[in-house]
Amino acid sequence: MGQTDTASVSSAPTSMGQMTSDWASDVEVFKGVSWGKSMMWIFLLSDTFVFGTFLTGYMTVRMSSTVPWPNASEVFSLNIAGTDMPLILIAIMTFVLISSSGTMAMAVNMGYQRRAKQAALFMMGTAVLGAMFVGMQMFEWSKLIHEGVRPWENPFGAAQFGSSFFMITGFHGLHVSIGVLYLSIVARKVWRGDYEKKGDYSIVEITGLYWHFVDLVWVFIFAFFYLW
Amino acid sequence: MAHEETLPGGEAEQQHPIGLYLKIWGLLFILSTLSYLVDFFQLEGLLRWGLILIFMMLKAGLIVAVFMHMMWERFALIYLITLPPLAILVLVALMVLESNYVYLLRMVYLSGFG
Repeated sequence: MGQTDTASVSSAPTSMGQMTSDWASDVEVFKGVSWGKSMMWIFLLSDTFVFGTFLTGYMTVRMSSTVPWPNASEVFSLNIAGTDMPLILIAIMTFVLISSSGTMAMAVNMGYQRRAKQAALFMMGTAVLGAMFVGMQMFEWSKLIHEGVRPWENPFGAAQFGSSFFMITGFHGLHVSIGVLYLSIVARKVWRGDYEKKGDYSIVEITGLYWHFVDLVWVFIFAFFYLW
Repeated sequence: MAHEETLPGGEAEQQHPIGLYLKIWGLLFILSTLSYLVDFFQLEGLLRWGLILIFMMLKAGLIVAVFMHMMWERFALIYLITLPPLAILVLVALMVLESNYVYLLRMVYLSGFG
């Protein structure tokens, strides 16, 4: 943290005093943050509540059910080369999504280095990994539907398992799909050189915030729905 | 101008060494493997819940702090984003009470007089 501040900005970096003066300064609150980035953060905050309430709803139906909850470890196991691997597809999906977060971080880095082509390529790589994730989720859904899992019943136990599963993973999968689209659009614009003139590549960071959030939500779904 | 800090505690551009991102990437892989192993070895009880929650919080913290650059932002933004979600914990507490009540009702009225 450099001490190159001007008179208009409170001196102590990241402190309570700085926060109160930021909010009370009667000018912009989020100093050094573009409007696009602050709006993305506020959108993500609202999305946090969407997934937060979904997971709370899942907790409520699971806790209040008198019928035993299906064992996720067995329901989501795959038979590979004669042995049942518990949760193996979910584990692979987790690694794919984390890898995509890593390539996204690289894209942001390249963008701020003004290496537009590399940034666009890393973004496309991220989109490809995201599409892989959605593909594996489609495989998982069709496998479960084939086994008779429905939002209102399933052969493994409490009926609420199906409704929670389809609602939570469905909404997350929708977020990933929209993210793939969003990444592709921005990557195309970056590749084309739309931001070359101004040299402002904060759009890559803003897109990255959305993508990392999708990964973040999966961390909670993985822990609460699949491992719990 | 591009690589200078224009404001203390929150420069306009979040440019950080690639090595740091790679280290966090590696850490996330290790933590994911560990949480998968919790299930693989069928750990039970408090150990299972404890480990799942610890690995989850560590992963979430690393993603938000480093990948989403939250640790380099100013308090005005950090508090705006991190404090409101704590209200969800109030909802969780209320719904735990509610769920226990519904469970009790179901045990009494659904199984007793079936």
